[in-house]
Amino acid sequence: MALIRLMLTVALLTLTSGALAGGIEIREFDDPVMEQRYHDLTASMRCPLCENQAIDDSDAPISADMRERVYQLLQDGQSDIEIVNHMVQRFGEYILYNPRLENRTYLLWGLPIGLVLLGVVVVVMMVRARRNASAKALSAEERARLDALINRERSS
Amino acid sequence: MTRRLLLLLLPIGFLGIALFLYQGLGRDPSHRDSALMARQFPTFEATTLRDENRQVDQTLLTGDVTLVNVWGEWCPACKQEMPQLLELADQGIRMVGINYRDTREKGLEFLSEFGDPFEVNVFDPDGSLGFDLGVYGAPETFLVDADGVIRYHHKGYVSPEDVRERILPEVEKWR
Repeated sequence: MALIRLMLTVALLTLTSGALAGGIEIREFDDPVMEQRYHDLTASMRCPLCENQAIDDSDAPISADMRERVYQLLQDGQSDIEIVNHMVQRFGEYILYNPRLENRTYLLWGLPIGLVLLGVVVVVMMVRARRNASAKALSAEERARLDALINRERSS
Repeated sequence: MTRRLLLLLLPIGFLGIALFLYQGLGRDPSHRDSALMARQFPTFEATTLRDENRQVDQTLLTGDVTLVNVWGEWCPACKQEMPQLLELADQGIRMVGINYRDTREKGLEFLSEFGDPFEVNVFDPDGSLGFDLGVYGAPETFLVDADGVIRYHHKGYVSPEDVRERILPEVEKWR
């Protein structure tokens, strides 16, 4: 039993390590924070060649170059913003999965919020209109008559 | 009345947004401008393909309007566009090559087989100059003006039509 368990463990380990080695190189980090930054940065940049793959997930040669550059710049002590700028200067805004807020992207970021606000305005208007309509349906005089009619019906 | 009008604005606004987004759908994401457009050619230091003792840097690209072509022996489209590049050189346009991610041996072999329109070839075996140029696949062609500013960028294969309709007019414009 113990032997089977050992064999299974070994088989699983070889399988998973084989999957991990698929094109993506293994890097050494002294600092787990830096390692996390590396993963976040490479996951947030789009491969310029393959159109919709992050560079941490792509086998394209340019993605390997970009990962290498991110790693180098991290080792040089650059901040995340500096590294992103370094890449955008070369490959353009296209590589950012989250475009930066600037003149060109106000519409992109603002449109969803704008549409939600517009929806709220429309709903408020409709609710008000309906409330006004039902309140206006009877004038004070009519209401008095209606009450009188109801009361007469009840008392009889 | 104003409420009617406002409610009418909703479908119109919706249509406007839908049309705007629809025309975005048809755009080809591989046709986008280089991030280096209208910027200075990146600084570099490298040797040339033919002479490992000759050092060149970005000053190579000032003084005259220059077409910079990024190529490699491993790149099939680079071979196909060579006749067009030779023709451009024949017309007196200064051509500089960047031998990208290649070996000297293979690069020189390529030039002797397909012709050499280049005044000089910058040797970039690790692709570091290519990286600074935002190159993510060869061939790519840049037009650099006499001040060393990048003025035009062509991604991929240069066809005879591209030469006539795009590259020659751009060269004339920046001369």
